[in-house]
Amino acid sequence: MSETGKIIFDTASRIFEDLSTAEVINAAENGQWPEALWQAIVESGLTLTWISEEAGGVGADMLDGFAVLKAAGGAAVPVPLAETMMAGWLQAKAGLPVGSEPMSVVIGGLHWDGEVLNGSVTGIPHGRNVKNLVVILDSEEGAIALCCKADDVAVRPVAGLSGEPWDTLEFKGVKPDQLGALQDGVDEAAAQALGALIRCAQASGAMAQALELTIQYSMERVQFGRPLAKFQALQHSIAAFAGQVAAINAATDSAAETLARNNRVDNDTWVEIAAAKTRLEEAVNEGAAVAHQVHGAMGFTYEHQLHHLTRRLWSWRDEYGSDAVWSVRLGDEVLKWGAEALWPKITAVSNPR
Amino acid sequence: MSVTRFRFPFVEMPEAAIALREEVRQFLAEERENGGFVPMADCWASAMSPEYSRKVGQRGWLGMTWDKKYGGHGRTFLERYVVTEEMLVAGAPVMAHWIADRQSGPQIIKHAQPHVRDKVIPRIVAGECFCAIGMSEPNSGSDLASVATKAEKVDGGWRVNGTKLWSTGAHGCDYMITLLRTSPPDEKARHEGLSQFIIDLKSPGVSIRGIADIGGQVHFNETQFEDVFVPDDYVLGEVGGGWKMVVGELALERSGPERFLSSFIVLQEAMRLLVNDPSEKTRQVLGEIVAKIKTLRRMSLGIAGLLEEGASPEMEAALVKDGATLFERELLEKLRAILPQHVLASSSGLLPAVLRDGILRVPSSTLRGGTNEVLKGMIARQLGMR
Ligand SMILES: Cc1cc2nc3c(=O)[nH]c(=O)nc-3n(C[C@H](O)[C@H](O)[C@H](O)COP(=O)(O)OP(=O)(O)OC[C@H]3O[C@@H](n4cnc5c(N)ncnc54)[C@H](O)[C@@H]3O)c2cc1C
Repeated sequence: MSETGKIIFDTASRIFEDLSTAEVINAAENGQWPEALWQAIVESGLTLTWISEEAGGVGADMLDGFAVLKAAGGAAVPVPLAETMMAGWLQAKAGLPVGSEPMSVVIGGLHWDGEVLNGSVTGIPHGRNVKNLVVILDSEEGAIALCCKADDVAVRPVAGLSGEPWDTLEFKGVKPDQLGALQDGVDEAAAQALGALIRCAQASGAMAQALELTIQYSMERVQFGRPLAKFQALQHSIAAFAGQVAAINAATDSAAETLARNNRVDNDTWVEIAAAKTRLEEAVNEGAAVAHQVHGAMGFTYEHQLHHLTRRLWSWRDEYGSDAVWSVRLGDEVLKWGAEALWPKITAVSNPR
Repeated sequence: MSVTRFRFPFVEMPEAAIALREEVRQFLAEERENGGFVPMADCWASAMSPEYSRKVGQRGWLGMTWDKKYGGHGRTFLERYVVTEEMLVAGAPVMAHWIADRQSGPQIIKHAQPHVRDKVIPRIVAGECFCAIGMSEPNSGSDLASVATKAEKVDGGWRVNGTKLWSTGAHGCDYMITLLRTSPPDEKARHEGLSQFIIDLKSPGVSIRGIADIGGQVHFNETQFEDVFVPDDYVLGEVGGGWKMVVGELALERSGPERFLSSFIVLQEAMRLLVNDPSEKTRQVLGEIVAKIKTLRRMSLGIAGLLEEGASPEMEAALVKDGATLFERELLEKLRAILPQHVLASSSGLLPAVLRDGILRVPSSTLRGGTNEVLKGMIARQLGMR
């Protein structure tokens, strides 16, 4: 990590630790917007981590942004930081000014007649909490980004598995403030892939944090006169959990590095993302199961913080496409390579560029 | 970028490794074409060909990372990584030299007497000298410190008696790096009194009996030592320092590409069939398999990168071996399930042969080199739980 990267990461971690507390996360689930947390995030420039200095950002490496997202995942931050970063990156790719208000992204599913947007979309993260919406559409003239005021859109509140807003949005003749043609091959599929990678990064952080909580609990909780950590059955399941944490972090890093290097979702980047999002499901399934098993009934309570992580993990494994979606897409790509190119394609990842 | 305890850094292959990869691929293609070998599943533990190993030695692909002053080639871990992964993927008969090149050679360079080192190492590098590992015994498996094969001090050397079991390839090897008791066991200090010897398998009193595995193939052995004389200078390192050496040796061998590429040849051959009219299930399985291989390779190669930097990433290596060996089973189970049943019933062709052999080798991958239960125990220790 670069010097700037370290500063950004440390700043982010400190803010999350101070302001993304269990009470704040629970209050947010119950409808209370964590203004202090959001303000601290905006003031420290974290929402602009992916934006170049020319475009008004902080000029960090894209990887620094992914490190922030891992930290945000580990802290279960109940604000649309990831969504705002994603929306900003897409705005920049369309040559549009990037804002610092809370934003969320809508990918496809709406009708654009050249004047207004119509239609209804589901599962929009933080739909009710954001000021602006960035809509990504593959139109006949190419892919475009349209920025709309969230106030112009009707919100039907829905809670996702994580307890975070996962709202249905109704667009009835919504006139966008701004519109731009997307560059660098960004389109609906690329935005989908970016979303998938963002969820992998958040989940990598959340998995790592859930592992830490689990190890710690196993060393504190005593049964049969010994800490749980001394029972081999639990040692083995926690070791397996560690393996899943290691794997999803490695897969995510590989994809994030490729995106950071290529600065676009080209085929190489897409394949890395497909692999990471495919790999996420088993990691989450196994990891969350062990975390809850080790925590016993205490970890099943609303009061315990474990659910802040596990419920998000269960949601993130599906958002922007589950294993069932991504593995089939990746499988199609692998079949296109064919038997002879399979191995050369796998080794090309470590070739110098 | 990492916010966790584990580190698997991105490794970019140096240009030299890229050129080398092409060279190795070409060599393998020519060898296959000229009938030099027929690809095998789990080739590093079941396809022995001294002739092939000599050719690999002549190419300069054995002892690659060892210092030139000892007869090695002074190349990088990454270059060696490239050679080994290409050989595995091709299913080449690398078993004869595998253990000498991977672990015995480095141990000999580090711990043997200079004149013994100078006698053995150049021959390993030439592909003319092979080594076996003598750790396990009839009553000592996971509990390695309980080995009972013993060495008693005699004039000018040691007299060895006992039985080693499961020694892979010993029937074709020159030496066995053998873990022995050099002083009586002490329950309070179980890891003391153990030493490693280099035993010449042609010595009088050594008898080697092949043991057939579940597929009826003989790849591992029972090796008996009856009053075998081993000269003093064939003790590796300090007398009594065997345990530390064994632990280091096992850590070194854990995370290589052989832990997840043993059956890559099965996947590659299966693909030739699966490209025709693939079902949704087939596409999903292929996506899942490739996602795992890519992730495991990233991790395993990351460890090679850390070794290159001089780090000793023990927990990472244990995590890779655990995950990789479990994947080897998953790979064959999943492939079997999406292939037409007649494949296994077919008597000709490469795919039926490697699929059958691959499936029959599966139980060994989570046993050899330390079981996954033992590995998980080590991981738990590193996590601070024990
Ligand atoms: C194909 C193959 C090649 C091999 N090649 C070699 C070789 O070249 N040289 C060599 O020295 N050895 C070799 N081995 C032996 C290998 O190292 C041993 O099989 C391994 O260490 C396990 O020992 P074991 O088979 O005696 O099983 P055991 O130790 O008896 O274990 C049996 C089962 O009990 C479990 N178990 C044991 N202790 C514990 C515990 N404390 N907690 C939880 N579970 C436990 C094990 O994990 C395993 O599942 C080879 C084995 C195979 C299969």
